[in-house]
Amino acid sequence: MGAFLASRNVSDILSGLVNGVVYGLVGLGLVLIWRATRVLNFALGALATGGAYLGLGLLSYNVPFWWCFLLCIPAGMVLGGLTERLLVRPLYGKPEINPIVAMVGLLILIEAVVSSIWGTRQRSIIPPFSYIYWHVGSHVVELSPLATFQIASAAVLALAIGALFRFTNLGLQLRASALAPEVSRLLGVRVSRMLTLGWMLACGVAAVAAVIVSSGFISGLTPSGMEAPFAAGFIAAAVGGLESPGGALVGGISLGILESFVTDYLNPNLVLPYSLLVLIVVLMVRPQGLFTRRVVRRV
Amino acid sequence: MIRIAGLSVSYGAVRALRDVSFEVPTGQITAVIGSNGAGKTTLLRTISGLVHPVAGSIDFDGTELVGMHTEDIARQGIGHVPEGRGVIEEFTVLENLRLGALHGRGKLAAGLETQFELFPALAARRKQAAGTLSGGERQMLAMARALIGEPSVLLLDEPSLGLAPLVTRDVMMTIDKLCAERGLTVVLVEQNAMSALQVADRAVVLHVGDVAADDRAEIVRADENLRQYYLGVTT
Repeated sequence: MGAFLASRNVSDILSGLVNGVVYGLVGLGLVLIWRATRVLNFALGALATGGAYLGLGLLSYNVPFWWCFLLCIPAGMVLGGLTERLLVRPLYGKPEINPIVAMVGLLILIEAVVSSIWGTRQRSIIPPFSYIYWHVGSHVVELSPLATFQIASAAVLALAIGALFRFTNLGLQLRASALAPEVSRLLGVRVSRMLTLGWMLACGVAAVAAVIVSSGFISGLTPSGMEAPFAAGFIAAAVGGLESPGGALVGGISLGILESFVTDYLNPNLVLPYSLLVLIVVLMVRPQGLFTRRVVRRV
Repeated sequence: MIRIAGLSVSYGAVRALRDVSFEVPTGQITAVIGSNGAGKTTLLRTISGLVHPVAGSIDFDGTELVGMHTEDIARQGIGHVPEGRGVIEEFTVLENLRLGALHGRGKLAAGLETQFELFPALAARRKQAAGTLSGGERQMLAMARALIGEPSVLLLDEPSLGLAPLVTRDVMMTIDKLCAERGLTVVLVEQNAMSALQVADRAVVLHVGDVAADDRAEIVRADENLRQYYLGVTT
C-alpha cells in the first residue's frame, strides 16, 4: 500500500491535485458568470487576487489565518458584486466584446492598485498546517496536511455550491434567472439581484482559489499571481464546455494532474503548450466541450 | 378589475398600441382578439411591465401598474403565461412548478396537489425535463406554473398556438372552469378568435393598435362585419 502510494505515477497525481483544484475553482467561477450573464470574465483572476489581498493585507496587522481565510471570501464577493453592478450591468445587450474589454481593463486596474498598496513581492498566509509529506510506513506520500486541507476546502466549497444550486429555492432562482430571465421575472423572481448574486458567488469561489495559492510557506501570491491559474482555469472551463460547473472542476483537476506528469516525465517548460494542446484537441473533436450537450445557440 | 386608459406603446417609430382603453371585469374572461400584428401580445407585455408605454395608465384594483417592475407586478397576483409558453426546458416539471409557487401566495404542497388534480398528465411526468413534454403538456405546465402562485388575474398569450383542435378545446374548457369555480379574472389573447369567443364573457377586438370593438362576447361573435374585416373568419 505504502509502496503504491509512493510510486512515481501516484505521486504525480497527488502533487497535481492542489494546482488542479485551484484551476477547477477558477473554472467554476468562470462558468457561473458565463451561465448567468454570458460574460467571459477575464478579470476573475484579478478579482480573486483583490479579495485575497484584502485578507492578506489584514494579515500584516497580525490577524490570524482563519480570519484571513474567511475574510477573503466576502471580500471577493463584494468586489464581484460591485463589478457586476457598476461595470458590467451598463453593457448588457451591447456587443459581446464590450464587457470583455471592460474586464481586461479591470484586470489591469486591480493589479495596479494591489501592487501600489501592498507591493509586488510574494505574500503568503502562514497556515496552521504542516507542509511535510505524510509517511505510510517507510514510504513518503506526496501529500502534506496543508495540501490535504487545500484540496478538502476546495471540495467542500464545490459541494456547497452544487447543493445551493440543486437543492435550495435560491439556487432554483439563480438557475432560472440564467436560463430564462424574462419568464423568471414574470414569476416574481428578482432577476437582476440573482445575476449580481451569481457574480458574487463566482468571485467568492475564485477568491478561495487565490487563498489556496497564497496559503503556504514557500509559495505565495503576487499581484499578478492569479494570471497563470486563470489561464488554466479558462482552459478547464472551455474543455468542459463553459456551461458545465462539474465539467470545469473535472477539467481543472485533470489539467493539474497533466501538468504534474508533463513536469515529471518531460519538461516543466512544456506545461502550457500541452495544456493548450488539450484545449485545441477537445475543441476540434467536440466544439461544444466535453460536458455539455450540443445546443443550438439561442438568439 | 383592471382599467386600461389611453394606453399607447411605440417600438421606435412604429406605434404598436394607440390610445387603447377598456376594462377587464373581475371574475370574467375577457378575450383580446385580432389578426397578427394587432398589438395583442404587446398589450399583455405592457400590463406585465415588460414593455413600457409612452402614455396611458393601467389600474389594477386601485394600484397603478405602469412604472412598476415586472417582478413586483407578478407579486401583486398577476400571472402571465407568455407567448410560446415560456416553460423552462432544462428544468423538470416539478422545478418549473416550484419556481411558480415561490413568490405566490399559496403553499407549495397544497398547490402541487391542486395543479396535479387539474392537470393529471403533469403528475405522471413531474420528474421529467419540461423539454420532453408535448405542446399540449407544455401549455398545461405553463398554466399550472402560473396558477400555483394563486394569482387573481391570469394573462394568457395564445394558449391554442400549435395545439390540435381537441387539445385547444380542453385548454379552453379548463380556463372556463377556473373562472367559474375560483373567480379567476382572465385576459385571453387569441388569434383563434372563434375558440376564444366560445368561452369569453367579453371581447376586445384590436386592429393594428386600435380598439375596433369592445363588447359582450356573444355580440362580437354575432357581428358579421367584425368577423369579416378584423377576425378573418368567413363562415
